[in-house]
Amino acid sequence: MPTKSGQLVRLEIDGREVEAVAGTTVAAALQEQGLLAWRRSPQGELRGAFCGMGICFECRLEIDGIAGVRSCLTPVASGMKVRSTPGASPGDLP
Amino acid sequence: MKPATYDVVVIGAGPAGLAAAAVAGETLGPGRVALLDDNSAPGGQIWRRGLGAPPRAARLAEERVHKAGVVIESGVSVVDARRRPNGELVLLGEKAGAAYACVAGRLVLATGATELFLPFPGWTLPGVFGAGALQALYKGGFEVAGKRILIAGSGPLLMAVAQSFRRAGAQVVAVAEQAPRAAVMRFAAQLPLHPRKLWQAMGLFLSLLPVRQLYSAWPLRAEGDGRLERVVLRTKEGKRMIGCDYLACGFGLLPALPLARLLGCAVHESRVVAGELLQTSQPGIFAAGESLGIGGVLRAELDGRIAGLTAAGREAEARALLPARRREQRFAERLAATYSLREELRELVDDKTLVCRCEDVPWGEIRCYPAARDAKLKTRAGMGPCQGRVCGGALEFLAGYSPDAVRPPLFPVSAAVLAELAGLAAELVAPTEEPPQKNYEG
Repeated sequence: MPTKSGQLVRLEIDGREVEAVAGTTVAAALQEQGLLAWRRSPQGELRGAFCGMGICFECRLEIDGIAGVRSCLTPVASGMKVRSTPGASPGDLP
Repeated sequence: MKPATYDVVVIGAGPAGLAAAAVAGETLGPGRVALLDDNSAPGGQIWRRGLGAPPRAARLAEERVHKAGVVIESGVSVVDARRRPNGELVLLGEKAGAAYACVAGRLVLATGATELFLPFPGWTLPGVFGAGALQALYKGGFEVAGKRILIAGSGPLLMAVAQSFRRAGAQVVAVAEQAPRAAVMRFAAQLPLHPRKLWQAMGLFLSLLPVRQLYSAWPLRAEGDGRLERVVLRTKEGKRMIGCDYLACGFGLLPALPLARLLGCAVHESRVVAGELLQTSQPGIFAAGESLGIGGVLRAELDGRIAGLTAAGREAEARALLPARRREQRFAERLAATYSLREELRELVDDKTLVCRCEDVPWGEIRCYPAARDAKLKTRAGMGPCQGRVCGGALEFLAGYSPDAVRPPLFPVSAAVLAELAGLAAELVAPTEEPPQKNYEG
């Protein structure tokens, strides 16, 4: 089961450098930063991970310039650049 | 890029897919069998590796696949599949933002299951997850320690999820099961017939003794300001409000069928129709595991072996596994009957509740249409990135819709990848050598 003893990697979330345990998903790295939601739905609702297995696309964001990447399926990597949807900058969210 | 050709391609690296790939690989030799999966590592949902060590059964299954020289392609989402004129199958997908293609002589579909999510007011609030969903996120490093978690919905998965969260240091505030206690107890009473499952159940029972377990209970609504703060449950004693950080809510599992349906495999009552040796209605295509109806991990492994052996030409050995499969199947049927969903769950949605989360379509706009297709065209319900994988099951339950026809791409991919896949498809599928056979479209 998950432990916190793993190696740390540095990645960038919306321009901020953060550390995350190697092997965790980008969704977990965002939660570690206190974020439960990082996207806006068509009507403007805040959304984050929901299905945890890559089918709902609620957790999608931009990773290394590729839009619409599912953060729940993507492991963190050193030097990775993560960008949330414009209008739902993690900095603004609860 | 020259796409690889394999004798057998297995799609889905859960228990069924790993078992199928292992026996096919052992028979056909190194490099002749490929295992495609959309996760970053094999294991599927139940054996999702995450940060910790995988369970023993998962490790053994994986070792066997490696030893057999199976080509493991993790991180591949299959978005399209076509039949070549010579009967081979072309699989088109995406891997790390680039196009992926391979050719298969025979195919084993082990695409597993997804959770059944039923909409209720507030279910789109951040902090509300599926039940297996929150467990999967936790395995990927999502922190649950110290969080107050309410687990709700239906099925034995809820108990397993509760156990793993408690071990992780979460405060499980309650488990709300919609099925009546009497039904679950009747089911438990015949567990001694299945010793392996009895031990598992005993372990669950003991570790969950301190947890508040409610039966005939389900969420009426989730509330909070910008994120989940509390859930109103319906219980036998009336409404009860429970404060929590996370709600993990799933109403059971549904076979994942988009790829099977795209390939033209016959589907009946939300499961792939298969013959005794798990052949689908399409030549050269087999199905294994939850796509044949929810049957659990033991039946999935048996299915994988049966389909893998048959695909590799060892029918007699496959046939020897059928009695064991029938036992598992009977168990699965009793389980399904125990946790059948009650009528009242259809009343959870109100007109304003969003049913299609992708396109934000509320129930009030959907419910006047008689079929999924009409609702889709008029309201965009089911047209978003998830392609109805989340709302489809709910609408089948709420409105009696049968699923609309499946079209590629099965997952959204970039225009560049789509263009490259179209090129690959034209090159690989074009009838340059032999005249086309009618076996795909018919």
